[in-house]
Amino acid sequence: MPPLISAQDVSKSFPGVRALKRVGFELLSGEVHALVGENGAGKSTLMKILAGIYSRDGGDIFYNGEPVNFTSPRAAQVVGIGIVHQELQLMNHLTVAQNIFIGREPRGRFGLLLDEDKLNRQARDILDHMHLRLDPRAIVGGLTVAKQQMVEIAKALSYNSRVLIMDEPTAALNNAEIAELFKIIRELKARGVGIVYISHKMDELKEISDRVTVLRDGEYVATVPTATTSLDTIISMMVGRTLMDMSRPAQQNARDEIVLEVRKLNCGPLVKDVSFALRRGEILGFAGLMGAGRTEVARAIFGADRPTSGDIVVRGESATIKSPTDAVAHGIGYLSEDRKRFGLAVGMDVESNVVMATLAKHLAFGFALRRRSMRQTVDTFIRLLNIRTPSATQEVRLLSGGNQQKIVVAKWLARDCDILFFDEPTRGIDIGAKAEIYKLLRSLADQGKAIVMISSELPEILLMSDRIAVMCEGRITGEIAASGATQEGIMRLATQRESAKAA
Amino acid sequence: MTQTKTASIETGKGVATLKSQLFTSGARQKLFAFASLILLMVFFSFASPAFLQVENILGILQSTAVNGVLAIASTFVIITAGIDLSVGTLMTLCAVMAGVALTYWHLPLWVGVLFAIATGAVSGFLSGSFVAKLKLPPFIATLGMMLVNKGLALVVAGDKPIYFDETEGFSTISQGSLVGYVLPSLPIPNSVLILFLLAIAASVTLSRTALGRYAFALGSNEEAVRLSGVNVDRWKITIYMVAGAICGIAGLLIASRLNSAQPALGQGYELEAIAAVVIGGTSLSGGTGTLLGTIIGAFIMSVLTNGLRILSVAQEWQIVVTGVIIILAVYIDMLRRKTA
Repeated sequence: MPPLISAQDVSKSFPGVRALKRVGFELLSGEVHALVGENGAGKSTLMKILAGIYSRDGGDIFYNGEPVNFTSPRAAQVVGIGIVHQELQLMNHLTVAQNIFIGREPRGRFGLLLDEDKLNRQARDILDHMHLRLDPRAIVGGLTVAKQQMVEIAKALSYNSRVLIMDEPTAALNNAEIAELFKIIRELKARGVGIVYISHKMDELKEISDRVTVLRDGEYVATVPTATTSLDTIISMMVGRTLMDMSRPAQQNARDEIVLEVRKLNCGPLVKDVSFALRRGEILGFAGLMGAGRTEVARAIFGADRPTSGDIVVRGESATIKSPTDAVAHGIGYLSEDRKRFGLAVGMDVESNVVMATLAKHLAFGFALRRRSMRQTVDTFIRLLNIRTPSATQEVRLLSGGNQQKIVVAKWLARDCDILFFDEPTRGIDIGAKAEIYKLLRSLADQGKAIVMISSELPEILLMSDRIAVMCEGRITGEIAASGATQEGIMRLATQRESAKAA
Repeated sequence: MTQTKTASIETGKGVATLKSQLFTSGARQKLFAFASLILLMVFFSFASPAFLQVENILGILQSTAVNGVLAIASTFVIITAGIDLSVGTLMTLCAVMAGVALTYWHLPLWVGVLFAIATGAVSGFLSGSFVAKLKLPPFIATLGMMLVNKGLALVVAGDKPIYFDETEGFSTISQGSLVGYVLPSLPIPNSVLILFLLAIAASVTLSRTALGRYAFALGSNEEAVRLSGVNVDRWKITIYMVAGAICGIAGLLIASRLNSAQPALGQGYELEAIAAVVIGGTSLSGGTGTLLGTIIGAFIMSVLTNGLRILSVAQEWQIVVTGVIIILAVYIDMLRRKTA
């Protein structure tokens, strides 16, 4: 019998990034096939192609032995491929039943009016089958995220799919709910349904999957049987790449003075009892998977979000930080993940962006802009940071990612911030510019600034950090010295969940 | 509106109940609106004996008819998280087209009616296509159509009104009384009857048909609808067409009341229509709303105008008050949206 799905040499590119490079994947009837890889490895992209949401640039896909080319989600649904998305795709104003059957509402007499009772009955059937105590008439927007996720799963199940793709299905579920979900998955297996299970949770993979396929940087690595392969092997396949051949920049001895101390910080579900210390002149790397809470920690310290409890001590004095204004007053700066959205005014020029946080310094009579003083400041920073731009009046959006990042750094340096949080500093920046950013970071540290570098790229963490803090699901699972740290070691800490700790 | 699961995990029942309250707060807004309407009527009845006279009430009903129909049209579009700024001038264009059919070309009455409704549907088709296919923001697409309709009305009518004196029975569309014919003690004008019937039909459509279901779904999370395999473009266009056709009915009503198609009229009606919709509990961000709320909102506006006039408040001040109400209503809507 041919495999349910057979994908060969599938490629997909988006502007600026090659998401999939000739990837192969196979799904058999009645198997649970796990798909793993780091952030950006291409897992979601591959699955969205299978589900008809994206089109592929190259390669072939066979469904039940027949070549297929899905041009829309509907085309894939119709032949029996269902997908539960990582990000909830629900209509919050509608009821559970209405969400499940959107597009397939049962009609009443004359086929004109909708049969709401039949809709609710059919929904009830599915929910009962899943042992879900949910009222089909409940408004989805009022449900907890866990229940919403269950609705998504119910919706995918209602299509009587032959193939079910689940992208991080247990992100919001507790153990009891996960057990329930696994029961359903096993039932589907017995009926011959093929299930693709994307997850970072290693313990779950071990429990539920038959085979594991590993992707890395958009490429296919290997497919292994779950039962006979160790987690360590899988993890090393996920990260295994030679460290970038870059000699580690000479490192000054980190001075011992602690400039920032965070004690038992709590802020929402992704920052739980976080404590760490940051010293002058050091680079503290924050490693972890997407959603581990690193950005949230930075935002909580920076005042962008309000912590529910915990203390922040800046230079020995307890600090109350209620907004970024307070944080900046304490000398804390935050370079966000998405610099185009949160770090720069891309339509404005270099000069405007650099002085953005320090405009008050350049005002005459409190309101008029003093152009000359602004220009002096900008020229200084262009020189200092080696920002490559034709002029100070060049529009920022026309510059390369690396130079844009330098402008954001200049903005914070102009504000005399000496505690800096860099969130994914080299995202979207090519190799050459990356090296420059690394040099910049190191020189900032050498000058006495204290830096927290959040990064999802393990080689970068290993290269730049003096110490490494690893987070998983809101907690710091380990703090290790950079020398002697390995990618596997970090990955293990990054996937070490509370429940798995006991194991 | 997608949500990352990990980022929005909530704990505790408290948040869940708060969320469900917010998503059904449209019901509360509706109650609030209805209570306001009753309060207003009570206030004006005490303030002036002339308010509760049968003639006055009939006058209120008459003047609500046109605005109410336009508000019904707007409700459909607003529920999809869109907006239609062209409803006012479209009404006028439809009236003008009815005039072309009936007065210029001497076609039978029912053809004139069809012309008006068809014109509305065509304009709606264009607006919907600009929004769905060209991906123009509804504000821009319908702003453009508003001006197009306005200009076309002036071009076609030649800058002067078209009279319906020669068309027999035209004025009975809104001025006649079918109800009064059957029940002589209840001389409710046809325009009000049409508003009433249209409101019921629209309400049933919103709650019991696929069109209504998709309108709410699109307003709630368009991407989710698209990923569910529904032809989003087709339904969006259909919804705008329905709204346009309803504007055609409004055009007939106003032309019938004035016994003429006034090409310079129309602009400004759309804001009152939107105000009525929002006051009635429909959110400008889409996904929720009721037709009953819209009708209540429309009546609040006309009761207010009428009451102020009876109290001899200068017309200029009436306009100020209306503006204040609109600001308040939208502000309350924004507050509700921010907390959701």
